[in-house]
Amino acid sequence: MASTILEMRDITKTFPGVKALSNVNLSVEEGEIHAVVGENGAGKSTLMKVLSGVYASGTYDGAIVYRGEECHFKGIHDSEHKGIVIIHQELALVPMLSIAENIFLGNEHARFGIIDWNANETRTSALLKKVGLKEDPKTLITNIGVGKQQLVEIAKALSKEVQLLILDEPTASLSEKDSQALLDLLLEFKRQGITSILISHKLNEVNRVADKVTIIRDGRTIETLAKKDISEDRIITSMVGRSLDDRYPPREPKIGEVVLQVKNWSVYHPIHAERQVIKGIDINVRKGEVVGIAGLMGAGRTEFAMSLFGRSYGRRITGEVLLKGKPIDVSSVSKAVEHGIAYVTEDRKTYGLNLIDHIKHNITLANLPGVSRHAVIDDLRELAVANDYKAKTNIRSSSVYQMTGNLSGGNQQKVVLSKWLFANPEVLILDEPTRGIDVGAKYEIYTIIARLASEGKAIIVISSEMPELLGITDRIYVMNEGRIVGEMAASDASQEKIMRAIVRGEGKAS
Amino acid sequence: MTTESAPAPKSGVAEDVQQGPRVAVSALITNLREYGLILALIAIMVFFQFTTSGTLFKPVNLSNLVQQNSFIIVMALGMLLVIVSGHIDLSVGSVAGFIGALAAMMMVIWPLGPLSNPLVVSIICLIIGGGIGAAQGYWIAYHRIPSFIVTLAGMLIFRGICQALLGGGSSVGPLPDGFKALSSGFIPDVIGPLTLIPPTVNAAGKTIIGSGLTLHMTTILIGVVAVLAYAYFGLRARRTREQHGYEAEPFALFVVKTLVTSALALFLVYQFATYKGLPIVLMVMGVLIALFVFVTKRMTIGRRIYAMGGNAKAAQLSGIKTERLTLMVFVNMGVLSALGGLIIAARLGQAVPAAGLGSELDVIAAVFIGGASAMGGVGQVIGAVVGGFIMGVMNNGMSIMGVNVDWQQVVKGLVLLGAVVFDVYNKNKG
Repeated sequence: MASTILEMRDITKTFPGVKALSNVNLSVEEGEIHAVVGENGAGKSTLMKVLSGVYASGTYDGAIVYRGEECHFKGIHDSEHKGIVIIHQELALVPMLSIAENIFLGNEHARFGIIDWNANETRTSALLKKVGLKEDPKTLITNIGVGKQQLVEIAKALSKEVQLLILDEPTASLSEKDSQALLDLLLEFKRQGITSILISHKLNEVNRVADKVTIIRDGRTIETLAKKDISEDRIITSMVGRSLDDRYPPREPKIGEVVLQVKNWSVYHPIHAERQVIKGIDINVRKGEVVGIAGLMGAGRTEFAMSLFGRSYGRRITGEVLLKGKPIDVSSVSKAVEHGIAYVTEDRKTYGLNLIDHIKHNITLANLPGVSRHAVIDDLRELAVANDYKAKTNIRSSSVYQMTGNLSGGNQQKVVLSKWLFANPEVLILDEPTRGIDVGAKYEIYTIIARLASEGKAIIVISSEMPELLGITDRIYVMNEGRIVGEMAASDASQEKIMRAIVRGEGKAS
Repeated sequence: MTTESAPAPKSGVAEDVQQGPRVAVSALITNLREYGLILALIAIMVFFQFTTSGTLFKPVNLSNLVQQNSFIIVMALGMLLVIVSGHIDLSVGSVAGFIGALAAMMMVIWPLGPLSNPLVVSIICLIIGGGIGAAQGYWIAYHRIPSFIVTLAGMLIFRGICQALLGGGSSVGPLPDGFKALSSGFIPDVIGPLTLIPPTVNAAGKTIIGSGLTLHMTTILIGVVAVLAYAYFGLRARRTREQHGYEAEPFALFVVKTLVTSALALFLVYQFATYKGLPIVLMVMGVLIALFVFVTKRMTIGRRIYAMGGNAKAAQLSGIKTERLTLMVFVNMGVLSALGGLIIAARLGQAVPAAGLGSELDVIAAVFIGGASAMGGVGQVIGAVVGGFIMGVMNNGMSIMGVNVDWQQVVKGLVLLGAVVFDVYNKNKG
């Protein structure tokens, strides 16, 4: 086949006190899609930062050989100059600028500093066509969804004459449909001769598109598998250092009376006042039950949950909430919390954590009265609580005084969960509880969910990963365009059934 | 490929656990930052002690220093909370000026009868200050108008009202002595003075031994009690933590820290005692500092302010009423601005149109020198206080040295920039 385009040899990168990478080797051939997998904290992102020059040459040991020549990148500019473009998990687009402005940001078609908008927009249209995005180049980034933003990032990479495209968890926040489209696009690029490195947690995606897979664990290369050897089991075994027969913990549901009942819940869009986002939803959840809400991105699941949780989303909210048969007032977050409702956000960095504070302070934030008397915090009690939850949810950190901003995604999620567990809710709404976290941490989250259900909590799980819903819930509601379009017992649900309910737009309750 | 049922998978442990040493290092750096600031203050004081040939630490000058800078520090306490909550308040200098003018009018010009009593006037003024804070905070908290804009407007409005109230360029005074005591008074010596070495006078009327140095014993007593309490509570807190098996700080560090702080405090107290005793305004300041340290470190409302500054959305979704909290932060700022205004007026003995002019910048600089983050969520009361004293000592020292006011500003600007650069550098390294 083709020649080796990139070789990273014995890369070792040390941070003060931590060896993030030790003698990592990665060899990528021209024109292939090479997946790099590993748990959070395994060192994938660090490796890519070394490659793209974020960590300048000299701050690490080892060699990067690109197209037969050893490179010493001092910054992203150097690597981009060679055609190596990295697209980070957190998109780097300016929300209030247009698609065209973003694509050519810092690289505008201009003469004497005067921008030639026609040229920019013509080129943008061409690029957007390549990535299959049907949007006006003048559309502001803030007005398009995450999936489309990802495509804009890729178009931006294309504009830089990319030869080696690195995608860091590109589908982490995309719906199933958008993810598929993105993967198809990668395959299309491959046909055009662009080499890609795909960092992903989603093994089915890797399975689908990758020609080779390199597995990294604890800052070391474990192995590189060729296409014929790729199997999910093999990858998981290498990732976690042991095999994983069951991805969901076993559970014996003990379901009691109805705890939370929502009747005829309707919500309008916070800005576009005439747009009804949630259209008369009725759901209920019982004691000890795990209820899933399935649906595509944009179905209104998060909006529903947040509007329920102290009107944190939308306006002109109508409907009734009953807790154990009695109507309750959930018009503010503190009232909702008082009534025993907790909402664990899908976006832990923006809505869940104070990233510049440590674990201890984050865990007690939603229930400060629980560690204080007369509004004076008892430091020791707080410390005991934090250590207790650190142990219960298995947060891996040196101590509870570690900044949450320095934790891996899985551990951050456990901190957010701990915060809400300490608030001692009866109803726990978990919005995409395993988004962007690795296989091992996912299992731990599932275990916590199972334990909470066995303790008699009523749990609602919103997830875009259908296998996850099928694996951990007792009952699934299917939501589409602000409506519940299906309800089924998890035991006789399947991905096909859920998809069918969504597509049909109306489902029959079973 | 594996046939036996696997145990629950454990996630990768590489990153988070191995950060242990890094955490220790970063904890040390944070501590260094904290101590570094105090060390910087001491270094600056020693520097000026030399360049002013010993004038800086003279009891008279120490009293002056406190009286000149107390209003900055009082307002910095409020500003710290404002900045930690992610806002800014540019109006504090103008509010202080306005309140000073209002107080003077109430005490001197307007025929208010018994209401013109300094104490009554002061209380009314503090309430009005709170009202001003509420008025500004309302727009910031409930209408999400950027605090920079709201308080910029406030800065113009209240400076204007201040000048209008005083009838253009004139000043109003003199203010009653009872009121002036707030700034220039000293605590009464209820114990009575102690003459350290009674002067022995020979037949010719010349003192042969003894300087006749008398000490303000109430001051000494307050100082000693305060230092003992500081050491006792520090030790007790340490012991409880140890009993529960939590202690991070090495004992030696604790001892050194306590000893150095106590020695410094006792030295200053002794200096005050050889003069007229503790200035009243220093007592007011001390109580306020202790209160704000307690509120920020130990009380739920303090914790909530930091959480709000760190991530307002997350705080709100944790059930914190961020709007109300923001409003309260600005009410607090308003009250302290008013107190600052009263202190300025009391020191000058009259209300002048330019009172507090530009002091908002000194106050904000004190908070940033003290290590607060412009992004919110980070900052310490003690930092802001020390930052305020650094500014004050530099002002005072450079004035004694005869440095031109223009160049004093240049130096202060450089110190502010340097402190923040040092912070950012530390953060990136840690």
